[in-house]
Amino acid sequence: MCSVCGCGDTVRVGDLDLSHADAHRFGLAHHHHGLGPAGLSVPGLTQSRLIEVETAILSKNDAIATENRHILTALGVLTLNLVSSPGSGKTTLLCKTITALGDAPLAVIEGDQQTSHDADRIRATGAPAIQINTGKGCHLDAQMVAAAINDLRPRTGSYLFIENVGNLVCPAAFDLGEDAKVAILSVTEGEDKPLKYPDMFTAASLALLTKTDLAPHCDADLSAYEANLRRVNPTIEILRLSSRTGDGMDAWLAWLRARLAAKGAT
Amino acid sequence: MHELTLVEGIRTIVEDHARTQHFARVLVLRLEIGRFAGVEKQALHFAWDEGMRGSPAAGAVLEIIDLPGQAMCIDCDQVVQIDDRFDPCPLCGGERLLPQGGDEMRIKNMEVV
Repeated sequence: MCSVCGCGDTVRVGDLDLSHADAHRFGLAHHHHGLGPAGLSVPGLTQSRLIEVETAILSKNDAIATENRHILTALGVLTLNLVSSPGSGKTTLLCKTITALGDAPLAVIEGDQQTSHDADRIRATGAPAIQINTGKGCHLDAQMVAAAINDLRPRTGSYLFIENVGNLVCPAAFDLGEDAKVAILSVTEGEDKPLKYPDMFTAASLALLTKTDLAPHCDADLSAYEANLRRVNPTIEILRLSSRTGDGMDAWLAWLRARLAAKGAT
Repeated sequence: MHELTLVEGIRTIVEDHARTQHFARVLVLRLEIGRFAGVEKQALHFAWDEGMRGSPAAGAVLEIIDLPGQAMCIDCDQVVQIDDRFDPCPLCGGERLLPQGGDEMRIKNMEVV
């Protein structure tokens, strides 16, 4: 007897009388057994149904990022997501920036695959820092930053610098809840870098063209860097600076202070 | 870029829907991916089977629908469709274009049982 409907042992398929077992073995549809994936048909119901999802793949990340942004905005914290290739000088720039900002309250979230070297360097300046090791991950995500914010408890009206994993590809897609992405591009990397990795430079509001003291030694054409940055992002702001000599630091500090003041006014 | 992370994101959404909409298995899952989303389709297919193992979407067919790239031309102030990130404006030939769409990464729908 069939366990689905309790019918007899023989079923009629077209002109043939077959045993239930044979009908299944040959994959033949017969009265209550459909040919669909469920192997079962129920009057009034089709076997597969279509579910409209219309959900962004990164919607979970985006929801947490929105929550981060909400919390940080309520505190008047200016949050910057610093992105670049590995070795562009992000940490050196941050250390110099922290020193130059003097007493201004700030905190740093450091992202790297391994080691706490960068957070150690930041803490040596006296600033609170949290190191996130992403392990195999190639980017920070909003959840990691949410946990770090919870630990760091940034002060009202402070700066929060998030140094992302050195990678010009993946971090572009992951909103962390920042006010702006700042792309750091050192003049030793090649003028065509913005063209090779357009997504990151498109997502950034400000590009810092760094290590300008090295430009004469590697025949770097700074205006070609800037032209390529504007080619991928016509609205990007660009500042030239050298963390080593301090050239151009004033304009960067002025940019930071103006953004923080604007943030406090909202 | 990080196609395995994307597959993990899809898996979470599938598992959530399986719970709330009461289905056992996904037969077909359709994604909409914009031209400028930076997603390598081949890598996504490669990560698919491995990333979905043990989930309701194990063995499901992954279909990818391409969405066009859109940009705002600063020179002629129009939103235009472009195929390549560095194409000039098809209306005025301007080269100052701001991407405005085409970075979508969305699950459109699923056929489920």
